[in-house]
Amino acid sequence: MFQILHGINVDWMRRRHIAFLFSGACVLISIVSLLVHGGPRYGVDFTGGSLVEILVTPAVHADAVRAAVDHAGYPGSEIQELSRPGQFLIRVESHAGRTSPAPAIQQAVVQQHPGSGVEVLRVESVGPRVGGELRGAAIKAIFFALGFILIYVGIRYDWRYSLGAVAALFHDVFITLGALSLMNKEITLTVVAALLTIAGYSINDTIVVFDRIRERSRTLRRETPANVMNIAINETLSRTIITSFTVFLTVLALYTLGGEVIHDFAFAMLVGVVFGTYSSVYVASGLALEVQLWLERAGQGQSQSRGKK
Amino acid sequence: MTRSDQWKFYLTVVFVLASVWTLWPTFQFYSLPAKERQVVLQARPSQATTEAERIQLEKYAKLREKAIKLGLDLQGGMYLLLEVDTSKLGPAEAKNAVDQAMQIIRNRVDQFGVAEPSIQRQGLTRILIQLPGLLDQERAKALIGQTALLEFKLVKTEEESKALYDRIDGYFARKLRGGAAPDSAAPDSVLHPFTSKLLASSHSEAVVLNENIPIVDAMVRQLKADSTFTSDAQLAWDSHDQDVSGRTARGLYVVGREALMKGSEVASAQMRLDLDATRPGAPGVSFNLTSRGGALFGDITGANVGRRLAIVLDGKIQSAPNIQEKIPRGQGSITGNFTEEEAQNLAIVLRSGALPAPVNVIEERTIGPSLGQDSIDKGIRSGAVGALLVVLFMVVYYRVSGVVAVVALILNILGLLACMAGFHSTLTLPGIAGIVLTIGMAVDTNVLIFERIREELRNKRTVLAAIETGYARAYRTIIDAHVTVLLSSFALMWFGTGPIRGFAITLSIGLIINLITAVGISKMIFDAWSVRRKLSSISI
Repeated sequence: MFQILHGINVDWMRRRHIAFLFSGACVLISIVSLLVHGGPRYGVDFTGGSLVEILVTPAVHADAVRAAVDHAGYPGSEIQELSRPGQFLIRVESHAGRTSPAPAIQQAVVQQHPGSGVEVLRVESVGPRVGGELRGAAIKAIFFALGFILIYVGIRYDWRYSLGAVAALFHDVFITLGALSLMNKEITLTVVAALLTIAGYSINDTIVVFDRIRERSRTLRRETPANVMNIAINETLSRTIITSFTVFLTVLALYTLGGEVIHDFAFAMLVGVVFGTYSSVYVASGLALEVQLWLERAGQGQSQSRGKK
Repeated sequence: MTRSDQWKFYLTVVFVLASVWTLWPTFQFYSLPAKERQVVLQARPSQATTEAERIQLEKYAKLREKAIKLGLDLQGGMYLLLEVDTSKLGPAEAKNAVDQAMQIIRNRVDQFGVAEPSIQRQGLTRILIQLPGLLDQERAKALIGQTALLEFKLVKTEEESKALYDRIDGYFARKLRGGAAPDSAAPDSVLHPFTSKLLASSHSEAVVLNENIPIVDAMVRQLKADSTFTSDAQLAWDSHDQDVSGRTARGLYVVGREALMKGSEVASAQMRLDLDATRPGAPGVSFNLTSRGGALFGDITGANVGRRLAIVLDGKIQSAPNIQEKIPRGQGSITGNFTEEEAQNLAIVLRSGALPAPVNVIEERTIGPSLGQDSIDKGIRSGAVGALLVVLFMVVYYRVSGVVAVVALILNILGLLACMAGFHSTLTLPGIAGIVLTIGMAVDTNVLIFERIREELRNKRTVLAAIETGYARAYRTIIDAHVTVLLSSFALMWFGTGPIRGFAITLSIGLIINLITAVGISKMIFDAWSVRRKLSSISI
């Protein structure tokens, strides 16, 4: 048998406070980044506006494209040069006219660079009202997806676990949101799909650990809760690592080879998978343990005060 | 093999055969050379001229229908979300208007010649149009979005026009002075705030210089919006600019408010190049009227010989010829400064009829074909590399058992693609992401099982018992994991839009099939393998 991580015996729960500190720091960094950037950076899907991707041959400088876009009547647009020379992504604010800005931009570039060819690779034009609707639909989708998961975990497990699972879920999604903000990436419909997949994976990981904790707490009745959790985590650790590793491999392939359309999706997934693995070990179980210990203390306090009477 | 094993085995064979059978057209279609694939995409049996051709084209159409389609993000194309502006219609009319608009747009698109257009209603007032592989996006948008309301209106006489202008001047003069009548000694611009902006060539057809157009147009709109200003005449712009001694200008006509006849009476329309004798080769559109329209047109022209008849398209004057004599045959033409393409579009929209209400493009997504090709190449390459890495890892780490997992994985993807072909769904880029994540979950399922079996083996169980308890114990976890991810993808399917939904659908189908392949079929293989050989050890 070719094995990794067999028979390890780590006292995870004793070091849980270090993990809490680390998680707290990551969440704090995310909050700071989100505050500095004025909230998540929404893409045209949610704000309304247009995204135009063009390929200019022979390649021209980004400033030339900027001048042409200004000339076409869209000053203040954001221009991003992509990896291929001559390929630009132009982000135009929501504008009053209903037609897409692509033809005017194309014309302006050709006008300023006679003899160059301009191919419009992609146009995404979303009216402000549709943007609002898409935002509403995304929020609704997230809300119901999380709601369904919580109800299911609440039914299948103790509510103490449910609390840990929820915390781990928000932890992963929030830190991914923070990482996107740090990298100044946009929140688009596809990124929302990535965030929800992260939520799915996070809960999947957490459930595998919780299932084992529940099973072990039945067989190992004499052990302390912390020990039961350690044993469960250690026993499932090889599975956690292997699964995360294979998912990581596929997402890494998407990230490096998948092309720019899927790039942000894959980036969010990469961050999410790493934090999801870590959080199912530490955050979910750690918090469930804290809740359990707190309940025990509260219970003792109660019985003591009763005894005094 | 026990009886239930046999039963499982036959089910598996049926599953595989059915999947291959469903996917066969897809395989056939995508293994065609690119050129032939285009022929298949464009095939329309209704256009066949001979019986043999019809059979061939029908075969193509069937093949096209049965193959998995690629989304616009993968093959290039245009996605338009239109909103029908029903604000000026009653509730009953509004309901009809959207249906009508859909039918009319479908006719227009059909005549434009797009392979496999998709036109769907969305919500109450919206129409979603998807045009795959289209090149001339601006032309398509113009064609789809044009209201194409054709009206025939009489141009008012000089006296009628002058009366209207006087009233308009009076209206604005009073408005400028807060309701009081202006002093008769005031300058022209105060006395005649409207007509002072016009170059009067004649009253019924005034000319406005380019720099004055915004002001005049604002006044025209104001008059239209003011319900207290009533008249049986109205102002309408010429559709094209003209040249007035070197300066750009535009005509402004006074026409009747009511249309004498509408475009619904047009039976057919063609682009022609020989309509204008003074400008040979200039594109225009000739049309034939229905018999009812022909009779009406005869009456109209007969009663108004010597007057001008304006041909108004979407509120703009296309031309206003003099009625020389009664036109009994119900034929007419529209000339103007058209390009050939514009004339072609006009002919199409006249044939397919006017939209019952204006439509606005509220969402547009266009993927050029080269980016589409790029996306699909990269999507397939990254998917293949990702899958290969996982397969390699599984086989190295779990040996023979890893091979079993890989077989289950292949069956999973086969079944997933077959389902997509069977449901006629479309493969999009987010869909590919969904497939990649299905691979992740499928591998996780087997990892869970195998790690459990290894544990049982370490606890000194026999191979058979280890497999049994390994599967049984992992099964609960697997169900929990699948249910939670499925629940969240159902939420995405119901409340999400476009790309999110495509992602959720592939992921859901993949996960459901995974419960069959990664649990059921892999268990069957294990059973067959271990029972038959009475294994004392297992490669895991």
